[in-house]
Amino acid sequence: MDDIKLLDTVERYIRGEMKPDERLQFEQLRKSNSEVDQLVVEHTLFLQQINHFGERKTFRSSLNDIHTDLTEQGKIDSMKLKGKAKIVYLWKRYKRVTAIAASIAGITALAISALVVAVAPKNDGSNVKDLVHKVQDEVRGIKNDQEALKKDQKQIIDKINNDSKSVINTPIRYNGTGFLIDGKGYLITNAHVVKNSKNIYIQNNKGDQYKVKVVQLDISRDIAILKITDKNYKPTNGLPYGIKKSGIGLAEPIYTLGFPRNDEIVYGEGYLSAKTGYNGDTLSCQIAVAANPGNSGGPVLDQNGEIIGILSNKEINQEGAVFAIQSKYIYNAIEELKKDTSYRSVKVISNSSLKGMNKQQQVKKIQDYIFMVKGD
Amino acid sequence: MKPENSEKEILEGLAVNDRKSVERIYKDNFNMVQSLIINNNGSADDAKDVFQEAMIVLYEKARSGNFELNCQIKTFVYSVCRRLWLKRLQQQNRYSSPGDSMAEVVQVDDDLETHEQRNAEFDMMENAINHLGEPCKSLLEAFYLQKQNMQMIAAQFGYTNTDNAKNQKYKCLMRLKKIFFSQYKNGKSDG
Repeated sequence: MDDIKLLDTVERYIRGEMKPDERLQFEQLRKSNSEVDQLVVEHTLFLQQINHFGERKTFRSSLNDIHTDLTEQGKIDSMKLKGKAKIVYLWKRYKRVTAIAASIAGITALAISALVVAVAPKNDGSNVKDLVHKVQDEVRGIKNDQEALKKDQKQIIDKINNDSKSVINTPIRYNGTGFLIDGKGYLITNAHVVKNSKNIYIQNNKGDQYKVKVVQLDISRDIAILKITDKNYKPTNGLPYGIKKSGIGLAEPIYTLGFPRNDEIVYGEGYLSAKTGYNGDTLSCQIAVAANPGNSGGPVLDQNGEIIGILSNKEINQEGAVFAIQSKYIYNAIEELKKDTSYRSVKVISNSSLKGMNKQQQVKKIQDYIFMVKGD
Repeated sequence: MKPENSEKEILEGLAVNDRKSVERIYKDNFNMVQSLIINNNGSADDAKDVFQEAMIVLYEKARSGNFELNCQIKTFVYSVCRRLWLKRLQQQNRYSSPGDSMAEVVQVDDDLETHEQRNAEFDMMENAINHLGEPCKSLLEAFYLQKQNMQMIAAQFGYTNTDNAKNQKYKCLMRLKKIFFSQYKNGKSDG
């Protein structure tokens, strides 16, 4: 008997498809031949397994059928979780997390208020107040000196550390302002600030200096995207300001930060005076603010700390007419940049975390992300 | 008709995958299980999964010859679902003790142990069959699962005669058994 026939016989035997006399004959064979006996045992187990498998598969598919049918007939509730049910569900699911978060918040609040109570000076009358003022002024003076010193030191160290010494020696011909749009090290400035420069460096108010390269240059819109290539740059997570996608209204107050002087960040305040730029240019808008060479490429922000434009140029014959490129074109430039797959990760946020803060606080948070752009 | 009788009939129907009986159990119990799951950190999809698994437990229990259910179907289904869901929550480290909407819960540990064993065997078979590739997979499924006879299979798969089909089936079967039993023995020795 060959193997195929043997197996066929075994299967018929297991299924009980044999006639009595054949069966008797086969059982004789099983007794005398242990190999056949083993095959029967093994195959019985196998058939059992594959039958179970098949039955469960069939049953599962009928369960799914029934589920769909009953749901359609409305005989069982299909909880698609709408409205209140969903809220209840979410609440149940996340109540532990919520509770933990709430208690952490509570503890933090308590700790802070305790700290404030402990540290806050007791008010003993006007004399003390004056004194405090004086002391504070003195302290501030000392602090300023210290900071200036630090800055000088830092610059010296940076200069020493800087591999490409040529920078220091080459005369700086172009100067402008730029600002970070992505903490990974991407900046926006005007194309005209950088278009004629080979080596470009940026420096912020703290004196941190980094080498950058131009990764996107759009001369027609006067926008350039720079990337910090310096190893010393540490990427930051999240910027305090966002970049506004829409425009703002006439007469809305705005402010600018830039480096018209070579050493110090300068704040300027004004308002939106026209929604279009020079000769009705829809690319830009007109703002009234004091601006000087060096302000180019700097951010124009609204009250909420959202960037509404890039300060670009001013009319020569007219005082106080300054033009800024509308911020929505920053997004266009980034889209252009992202077409190159190596820059796909560039991400810009539109929400500012500065809402509700006063100008001083906003500027304090922003100023480290505004850079002087220097090129030769 | 007494309720016990009707429950017995339903279970007999379930054992042969009779559509009406299965539908009846489904309809009578699903909402209860769904609210149990949803009230205990689960979603509607979780509820469907857990409920259907419990149905399989009940089905396979009903199919095995020595079957007797000494409680109501409802109690059994509820108890199985409760255990299954607790287990899943534990696996996700989201343990919570469910507030029981049903006072009566029966011990289902043995049933679940059998069920897990069967799950493992099911996975082994599924795995083995998926390893075969075509045409072996379809050929064996036609013979062993859909229970078609060799004449039909020969015609369907384009073999010139049943002997050729039998020959092919034999080769496929040998491969399947080899794959299955190598896992099966490993599984047994692990256990």
